[in-house]
Amino acid sequence: MIRVELAKLFRRPRTYVIAGLLCALPFTVAVFLATTRIPPPPGQGGAFLSAVLSNGTLYPAAAMALVLPVFLPVSVAVLAGDSVAGEASTGTLRYLLIRPVGRSRLLVAKLVSLVTFVLFAIMTVLITSYVTGLVLFGVGTSAAGVTLPPDVTSLSGVTISPAGLVLRLLGTVAYIVISMLGVAAIALFLSTVTDSALGAAMGALAVLVTSQVLVTLDAAAAIRPYLPTRYWLAWVDFFREPVLWRDIERGAGIQLVYLVVLLGAAWANFLTKDIAN
Amino acid sequence: MITTRDLTKRFGRTVAVDGVDLHVREGDRYGLLGPNGSGKTTLVRMLLGLVFATRGEIEVLGQPVPKRVREVLPSIGAMVEGPGAYPNLSGRTNLALFDAAGPGGSRRDRRKRVDEALERVGLAGIDRRPVRAYSLGMRQRLGLAGALLRTPRLLILDEPTNGLDPRGIREIRDLLAELNGEGATVFLSSHLLAEVDALCTRVGVMDRGRLVVQDELDDLRTPTGRVTVGTPTPERALALLDGRVENHQGQFLTVRHDDPGTLNAELVAAGVTVTALAVERRTLEQVVLDATTTSADRVEAGR
Repeated sequence: MIRVELAKLFRRPRTYVIAGLLCALPFTVAVFLATTRIPPPPGQGGAFLSAVLSNGTLYPAAAMALVLPVFLPVSVAVLAGDSVAGEASTGTLRYLLIRPVGRSRLLVAKLVSLVTFVLFAIMTVLITSYVTGLVLFGVGTSAAGVTLPPDVTSLSGVTISPAGLVLRLLGTVAYIVISMLGVAAIALFLSTVTDSALGAAMGALAVLVTSQVLVTLDAAAAIRPYLPTRYWLAWVDFFREPVLWRDIERGAGIQLVYLVVLLGAAWANFLTKDIAN
Repeated sequence: MITTRDLTKRFGRTVAVDGVDLHVREGDRYGLLGPNGSGKTTLVRMLLGLVFATRGEIEVLGQPVPKRVREVLPSIGAMVEGPGAYPNLSGRTNLALFDAAGPGGSRRDRRKRVDEALERVGLAGIDRRPVRAYSLGMRQRLGLAGALLRTPRLLILDEPTNGLDPRGIREIRDLLAELNGEGATVFLSSHLLAEVDALCTRVGVMDRGRLVVQDELDDLRTPTGRVTVGTPTPERALALLDGRVENHQGQFLTVRHDDPGTLNAELVAAGVTVTALAVERRTLEQVVLDATTTSADRVEAGR
């Protein structure tokens, strides 16, 4: 079933359209930055955006900071919201279940397919933005070429080795996947509740937007640590020297709790649901 | 093959299926009739473990459903309320994915299975067009092909000829009869009397959630106590059978009489030439109309 889900994912043009859109945003930003050379003032604009002007190899990290807050969660919410409700509305859900595909298995396959999509999207963004960074901003002080990326300066002003950069990027990818799994779990749960793919996606986005607003609201400080989006940008701490693990660990922990609770709810709901459409 | 006892399903306050004792035997061609909204589809969904019963028991192919439905589903080919397919993929790809999704069947034979199923439903020549571009009839055939992928012992089909033209309906009917001849039990639901009349040997009629009739089709077509008589001299027959003729159209008379044999003798003795003589039987339509109350999609003015 997992193979079938992956085949469906990669046979749908929308997968590539979304990935293309995700890549287009950092590219557009890069073009503007490279032509004007006006860096955002420190503390404003996306993370790493000032740093990339002097070193293009950091651009993948900057690209992550650009797509993560809105674009990536929106696309994950749309796909996850569609995963069960979309099958229900095309009428294929009932045919899968009488094939028979176990209901739990179907959910697991959907989740695997979502993780694959997130990884695929992030990888395309990382690769395109790396190339974009190299081409538009160069490799900074050392001109050794693409084959041997020079050391990059971390945000704290210390240099880290290329291998270290790759490790930190991998950590970033893992952290973002976990964060997006939280989003996917919300939308997947809603997708088992309603037969409207759009409704499920909207519901998940409503949760995220509410959470984003509450994160910035001091009056809501008491619940802030438990909001799903609170630690989304904690992956930036991978680029500090030494790595600041506190928020990363808390963020991953929160997402895991959301994941377990919501997937449990989705599973319990889906297993006992009447497929009546 | 299918046995239910006191099967009941409530959706909130409405009772969709109410105490149904369904009995489908091996080799049957069972037609489930009933007006729209009488609970046919809900009943079919419960048999397949898609909808869970509020009360009652289901046994399909000797196994309790939904408890062990996954053991019996591989031997069942089903179509539930219209076909379902991924609109952006071709019919062939749809079937291949559907085939791959479930257990059993090796990858090597997949192509062959898909081709055979398409051949059987008359879609052997479909190209790479996506299902989005298919006509309703083609989708219906594709849905049937999906049901036939694994040569099922039991076919459960909900409105199988929906959207097909008369020729298509005939083809599907022949296909189902052929499959039945090869040993498959066919259970289909329909609101089309003619379809059930032409194909089925056993009939169930549902009305507002209840199974009000379940019998052999031949037993349901009981004589109405009338005989149709054809004669070139209807005036003479009219004079003879005075008062017993209920209808007179051209050379045909409908006569209230229990025994066509004695009626014939009576007519011949009186010198009336008889060219045709037939016992009038209840039509399936009459059976259904007698058993059901009102169409569920009819909305009367409130009082």
